[in-house]
Amino acid sequence: MSGVLKIAYKLLINDRTKFAALLVGITFAVFLMIEMTSLFAGILNRSSATVNNIGASIWVMDPAVQTVANTIPLPDSVLDEVRSLPGVKYAVPLYSGGALLKLRDGTYQAVNVVGLDDTSLFGRPQVVSGNIEDIFAENAFIAIQDAEFYKLGNPRIGTEFELNDHRGVIVGIARVASSALFGVPTLYTTYSRALQYIPSSRFTMSYLLVEPKTLADVPAIQASVARAGYLALTRDEFVKKISDFYMYKTGIGTNMMLMTLISFVVGLSISGQTFYTFILENIDKFGALKAIGAKGRELISMILFQATFVALTGYGLGVGLCAGLIWLARSHLPDYAALITFGNLGTAFVMVVVIAAISSYIGVRKVLRIEPFDIFRG
Amino acid sequence: MARAAIQATAINKWFGEEPARTHAVRDVSFEANFGEMLYVVGPSGSGKTTMLSMISGILRPSSGAVRIEDADIWGLSSDALAEFRLRRIGFVFQDYHLFPRLTTAENVAIPLILQHREWNAAVEEAERNLEIVGLRNRAQLPPVKLSGGEQQRVAIARAIISRPDILILDEPTASLDGDTGRNILSFVRKQLLTDERCIVIVTHDARIYEFADRIMRMEDGSITAVERSQLDAQ
Repeated sequence: MSGVLKIAYKLLINDRTKFAALLVGITFAVFLMIEMTSLFAGILNRSSATVNNIGASIWVMDPAVQTVANTIPLPDSVLDEVRSLPGVKYAVPLYSGGALLKLRDGTYQAVNVVGLDDTSLFGRPQVVSGNIEDIFAENAFIAIQDAEFYKLGNPRIGTEFELNDHRGVIVGIARVASSALFGVPTLYTTYSRALQYIPSSRFTMSYLLVEPKTLADVPAIQASVARAGYLALTRDEFVKKISDFYMYKTGIGTNMMLMTLISFVVGLSISGQTFYTFILENIDKFGALKAIGAKGRELISMILFQATFVALTGYGLGVGLCAGLIWLARSHLPDYAALITFGNLGTAFVMVVVIAAISSYIGVRKVLRIEPFDIFRG
Repeated sequence: MARAAIQATAINKWFGEEPARTHAVRDVSFEANFGEMLYVVGPSGSGKTTMLSMISGILRPSSGAVRIEDADIWGLSSDALAEFRLRRIGFVFQDYHLFPRLTTAENVAIPLILQHREWNAAVEEAERNLEIVGLRNRAQLPPVKLSGGEQQRVAIARAIISRPDILILDEPTASLDGDTGRNILSFVRKQLLTDERCIVIVTHDARIYEFADRIMRMEDGSITAVERSQLDAQ
């Protein structure tokens, strides 16, 4: 570290009250910004849980579908039509829908039922207790052990329930990559049993899952499906469509963005004002340095260093605090849907850099304007 | 023969535009020599601080020239002038302007640090300078723990650490009691004034006139008298 920057460093950290106030401002702002964006990322991640958990390359759906939860059933003829397309390796149906379980203790619990293709079980979860083959047994369901699992009364293999007056039995416990958004447990069964147990309309297929022969076949498959009046999206496209829905067509995105902006403004206000006060209190010292022979760029580098040091330290503390609190919240609240992503960290970092830039700009202007002559005049 | 350290030629300084223009210094010319301690005295508002700022490369004159030894300082670029001040001029400000968040030694080391001297070497050199002003044992304390007289000596140590040709002291005794002020000026005279250095002091304090070689009186921006001090008579 050059001597001038070391002076700046000592001026900053030895003024403990100001330094603490600056750190609190930045840390608090970073914490709020990351917390808000992480909550949003967690919600978006969970909103696409079924898409990620099933893992199909291409999803065929009605063009009016907005999210994976709001299915519009497809006619069975689409299955045959898609299977006949060149470039399709295989295509299977998927059922996804809500139902109401009656548990052994007589209470009712809403669940999400996923019906897997009977022949391939494509999209099956990772079974941690029991065997996947048991899904073909009479009345068989597999319970997903996620954050909502306890709402089924922590079932074990052999636990029974009722679904639309049908007997159901848990034959396995499984895990999936992520829990769903709406706080209901998930049961997996076969496609045919799902149709048998849950009342449905004339059309029954929620989605058609397609595996292309090669990635190069994807555009042609999408075009053919579109000509048939349906929509074929890759997994990433479907996730984006769902995210866009929550971001732009519900109030969630706007509210989160507002909260993030408010956090930014709070951070900017606290840090900007404290940093400005810090510069004002040292303005005569900067003037004395200028009189002694410090050059303008050296004074600027001192202020930029101080602002950057505070910003980066506050950023690190804010990230650590946020990560710690999310970890703590998750250990006590399994439903807590916050997810720190590189995007969140990047957004918060950019905002912190902006806070540091604005704060230091004010300081730099002040310091460059001070005339050493004013130091003589007292 | 006396060698000129500072030559001010017909310097003027005015602030603002006509008709509200204020003329702070009017057509001032003088020389200060190496080995000389020159006092600039006069009432408040007489222009002595403005004049001091112009001869030390801090405030650009509205007209006129200032030479320090061979250099026309106002012909230098802004960076070159800053470098000139750093290496050739030592400042002792009226309010000292010490950094309360740095140790006394670090405060003294600042000019060397600005000259890109390595930190530890600069601080060691500063500690040796503190020894000259009798404050070696205060090196690790922050300046706020020192008395007014001690802070003044720290400011002097900072001013001389670059071995400057010109030493500028602005009201050095303003915040000190009479004895301390006299001791400080006695120290400056005996320890810091050499044949290779010129010391210019702005003061109101008649109690320290006895240490001057010459006393230049200013009033309303002009030099009204230049007197030889009692030292010459001795």
